[in-house]
Amino acid sequence: MTKKLLLLLTAALMAAPAAAQDLGAPVGEGGPVETVAVEGEASDGPLRGTVTDESAWSDIGIAIPAFATDRERATPANEAGTGALGREISRVITANLRNNGLFKPVGPDSLPQPAFPQITAPAYGTWSGKGAEMLVHGYVRARDDGKLVVGCYLYDVALQDQLVREGWVVGPADWRRAAHKCSDLIFSRLTGESPFFDSRIAYIAETGPKDRRVKRLAVMDSDGANHRFLTLGSATALTPRYSPDYSKILYLSYVDGNPRIYVYDIGTGKQTLVTENKSPTIAPRWSPDGKAILYSMAVAGNTDIYRVPATGGQSVRLTNNPGIDVGGSFSPDGRKIVFESDRSGSQQCYVMDADGSNQKRISFFGGRCATPEWSPRGDQIAFTRIAGDFNVAVMSTAGGNVRVLTKGWQDEAPTWAPNGRIIQFFRTEKNSGRSGIWQVDLTGQNERRLPTPVDASDPAWGPIRP
Amino acid sequence: MNTKLATILLLASATSLAACAKKAPAVLPPPPEERVTTVQTTPQPQPTGPTVGTQDHFAAAVGSSTTIYFDTDKYNVDSQDAAALQAQAQYFARYPQITFTIEGHADERGTREYNIALGEKRATSAKNFLTSLGVDANRIAVVSYGKESPVALGSDEVSWARNRRAASVIIN
Repeated sequence: MTKKLLLLLTAALMAAPAAAQDLGAPVGEGGPVETVAVEGEASDGPLRGTVTDESAWSDIGIAIPAFATDRERATPANEAGTGALGREISRVITANLRNNGLFKPVGPDSLPQPAFPQITAPAYGTWSGKGAEMLVHGYVRARDDGKLVVGCYLYDVALQDQLVREGWVVGPADWRRAAHKCSDLIFSRLTGESPFFDSRIAYIAETGPKDRRVKRLAVMDSDGANHRFLTLGSATALTPRYSPDYSKILYLSYVDGNPRIYVYDIGTGKQTLVTENKSPTIAPRWSPDGKAILYSMAVAGNTDIYRVPATGGQSVRLTNNPGIDVGGSFSPDGRKIVFESDRSGSQQCYVMDADGSNQKRISFFGGRCATPEWSPRGDQIAFTRIAGDFNVAVMSTAGGNVRVLTKGWQDEAPTWAPNGRIIQFFRTEKNSGRSGIWQVDLTGQNERRLPTPVDASDPAWGPIRP
Repeated sequence: MNTKLATILLLASATSLAACAKKAPAVLPPPPEERVTTVQTTPQPQPTGPTVGTQDHFAAAVGSSTTIYFDTDKYNVDSQDAAALQAQAQYFARYPQITFTIEGHADERGTREYNIALGEKRATSAKNFLTSLGVDANRIAVVSYGKESPVALGSDEVSWARNRRAASVIIN
């Protein structure tokens, strides 16, 4: 302990702010996925009404047989070729729809394999005989340039009609994104909700005993795949936030011995301090347009909230109060900020205008209100409700209609799915201090733990990818 | 240690930081006999004992007073903390070449970011108290670890009380 501190202090005294000695190799993001037209009968528009009753969703049986391929070809995406890749894509889609408690998908491993021509002309009789109401078909085609074209079709078996279709061109390394795009297409068409599967999560990977926990910055796809560690673990990393365009991550690191917020550029692997200041900075947040950053800074022991342009420059102090003011989450239109403050004597949630004016307390439910996060839809705020145990709860933007969604001993730090339907958070176990990322939907149903290679905390769900 | 913790837990300290700071001068003058006692119990540089400028030397001199403890969500210095900080101040007056860091900590029953802010407040409280006792502020660094660095590993009141702390650590 002492040795570590001395090292940290030495680093601090050297005052090399962006020393970055804890960073791993940079990992570029894939960039936008190209959408292409795919063959098929013209859709007749919405023949089926949007499903809004959530209980009805899970009753919809969806058959998702293996995607076909026009011609078996080698691809770096799957050592067994494009046919095997088509089966993998169907498995990913099936897992997406099942894991999130939506629908009753049946995957490729218990279904017949459609031939390539059947992708645009389904054998409806086969599928209605299996009790499927919805049918997903698709294909994989390897182009000569090595890229993959993935087509995705959704059919209503009873109506014998195509509901929607779309296609994407992806590099072999990005094949899972095509599966997520197809999942999103199905989900959106059947529920009327915005997509969320093709998104990523930044979080903190935790290992080691409770008093010597190693905390590393890590990222993964929304389903836990494509996992990467971004820092090496020699310095504690905490509270990451993806920028809206996924090009950067804000996070806290003790790399110079003190808690400081860094802006990490994922593509170049370079990072800079959010503000050149000797005071500790914590709790970073992006504005919805990615142009501004909120951070909290302790000056002479007292923490207040500041805003700074993402490109650097002058910071503006938004709160000025002897209590602890920390965090902050913008409304989707960028005009308001919800934050927490203990100015009343305990942690409570407050809303202010984006310039810091009109600060008003909104939480009056009796317990404490911490880590508020504004829903991407704008109508609700998720927060850590502290009343004995820690639970994840939601309330209206005025503080009403508090609904507790989880029942763990310590459930903390909610983050919204891009479509505002699902909330992730981290759950810490009593005594052992083991942590994991969990998610629950807005109805309080379908709670499940996300698969992560090691313990995990501080999930931060990014927006839908382009 | 346990007795002290029990005492801490029993203390319904509602005293504010300002009140404590006002109270401080009353107990500020170090009694001469206490100084003599400290000199006698402080191991002089010997081949076998801890050397000046190490944490061991500091701990041998002030005992459990290297660390002060706080009530839940509180950051004020109570009378027991004041006594510990006075012992620290005497040590640092005796060894003016020593610089040190005050590490602020919180128990696990708080949210992560708030706890870092709270640890910062606690460490700063201790720093301010020491400077009021004449320790040069330039010798004191402050860092908060929030709830990330517990010393007691249980999820119970006794463990939490041990983790709500500000620990002075010698820089060498």
